[in-house]
Amino acid sequence: MREITFEQAAMEAIQEEFRRNPRTVHLSTDLVAELQREFGADRIRVTPIAENCFVGAAVGLSGSGFRTVANIRMATFGFVAMDQMINHAAKITYMFGGQAKFPILYRMTVGAGISGAAEHSVSPYAMYMNAPGLKIILPTTPYDAKGLFKTALRDNNPVVAFEHVLLLGMKGEVPEDEYFIPFGQASIKREGTDVTVVALAKMVHDALAAAEDLAKDGLSLEVIDPRTLVPLDTATILASVKRTGRLVVVDEACQTCGAAAEIVALVTADQATFGTLKAAPVRVCGLDVPVPFSPPMEEYAVPDKAKIVQAVRDMMRSAPRE
Amino acid sequence: MVLDDQTLIDLYTKMLAIRRFEERVAEEFYAGNISGFVHSYIGQEAIAAGVCKHLTNEDRIVSNHRGHGHCIAKGADMKKMMAEVYGKRTGYCKGKGGSMHIADFSIGMLGADGIVGAGLPIATGAAMAAQLEGNGAVAAVFFGDGACQEGEFHEALNLAAIWKLPLLFVCENNHYGVNTPAAYSLAAREITRMPAAYHIPNRAIHGNDVEAVYRATGEAVDMLRRGEGPYFLECDTYRWHKHKLSYEFVDLRPQEEIAAWAKRCPIAAMEAKLVRQNVLTLSEIGDIQEETLKQVEEAHRFAVESAYPQGQNALEDVYSL
Repeated sequence: MREITFEQAAMEAIQEEFRRNPRTVHLSTDLVAELQREFGADRIRVTPIAENCFVGAAVGLSGSGFRTVANIRMATFGFVAMDQMINHAAKITYMFGGQAKFPILYRMTVGAGISGAAEHSVSPYAMYMNAPGLKIILPTTPYDAKGLFKTALRDNNPVVAFEHVLLLGMKGEVPEDEYFIPFGQASIKREGTDVTVVALAKMVHDALAAAEDLAKDGLSLEVIDPRTLVPLDTATILASVKRTGRLVVVDEACQTCGAAAEIVALVTADQATFGTLKAAPVRVCGLDVPVPFSPPMEEYAVPDKAKIVQAVRDMMRSAPRE
Repeated sequence: MVLDDQTLIDLYTKMLAIRRFEERVAEEFYAGNISGFVHSYIGQEAIAAGVCKHLTNEDRIVSNHRGHGHCIAKGADMKKMMAEVYGKRTGYCKGKGGSMHIADFSIGMLGADGIVGAGLPIATGAAMAAQLEGNGAVAAVFFGDGACQEGEFHEALNLAAIWKLPLLFVCENNHYGVNTPAAYSLAAREITRMPAAYHIPNRAIHGNDVEAVYRATGEAVDMLRRGEGPYFLECDTYRWHKHKLSYEFVDLRPQEEIAAWAKRCPIAAMEAKLVRQNVLTLSEIGDIQEETLKQVEEAHRFAVESAYPQGQNALEDVYSL
């Protein structure tokens, strides 16, 4: 099968859907030349650097019968648009009693690992999970990126795509035939029997590498990529933990009130699953500090393969739960 | 431009409907029958009526927290509005929005909005939709002097100007953001200097003169429909009530100022003119008054007799299918 990058896969989904539906508009602060060549400057617009305004314009466009892709670029710029994102995009369907649909795809990159320093290395998807009304996708492979984008571009709600900066150039197999990945369907990236590792964004790849290492020690890790945080496929996670009895959640976002905390809570609050736990669930997350610039500090603040391996070994060494 | 009799009567009738609706809402609020935040439009009726008279259902508007007047002027159903204000299931938003969030997408009323200035970016999107559809439709956004202090205001002016959006900015300058005078908080002093800086044609008019609003809007909307880009109208006006209906909230505006503006009632002025110009007799005006009261009474009865939503209805409409 052909291999293309994550970024190309996402772009392909947008192109296919823009060809299919002329009532589609793309807003971004940077010119996307290949889109503008094909679809024209009316539909593919370069915006001023005014995130709040174009995130809000997307709300007005979608409320007027258009489907909009708004590329905010980095999640740090998303904070500039929080009024329109949280007060409006997230709530407008509900607040107006469902009388209109707001089909919007907001794109933002997340993640550390590029010496971007505190502002440009954020992974704030948990903040958005706290705003009901938004759907949240977190693709981790080119295949998932295309399939999830295709679904997002047919969904009738504001969908926020968080794309890890270090994954954009990653190559992978993507079929030429059209396909869709439904929201709320986790992907078991590796099957295993001893520990369930739920990993988010780039951490899926670190977790897979850790699983490879630990397999040499005879430890079998099951690696689950939720792929969408809203809706979240709790059934797959719970079923896996029931089999393994152990849960590690890996996320490079800050630990406090993060998506990892929510996943641990969902598992421990489920009576049937709680009873099967052999050890206390563990979070391997970003430290509660802004992401520092200098590489030794940045590496220290963010999880990686070694930290996941260590966490799993510690967990296996802890006394089994009575 | 001389307005024909029917237009004058329509403008008067619309203003009156807003006034009577708002009076009833205030009465019921102070009687303890309506909860939440209610911002009365009384005093500013000429602006909504004068602007919306030029708009069709194809034209879209975005309103603000003081939005009842814009809804009525755009043609919304007062029954469903009142039911929404009462939090009833039959309301425009099934009771999920309340006074501050009434919308009717079927008539191009894209919603009232409780965040000052936030309707402006949304309106740029509505205007862009009109531009892409290319059918001569326009968008209008209503906001106050307070919104002119927000960054979103400047972002929307800039975007509308560079994209030549068919967007009518309607600034209802009632001179106060809650209790803070615009004279204190707006360094530009003259609001029209701000659209001027973005090369947006603009005009300041007397916002309590419904004919002046109607005429100025007519010229502006003609330009918009011809694709000449955005236009900015500043309408000088005053709200009669406190920022929000409340027993506890204290109005810090000078009493003399409130009294002076009460003498510049847009509806009383229009009524006098209609009689003076022999457009309507006093008895005909009485008929319109009676009919308007009847409509508001019907709206109120509909709201009161409608059922409340069930608690579990809270779980519906978070997402569209």
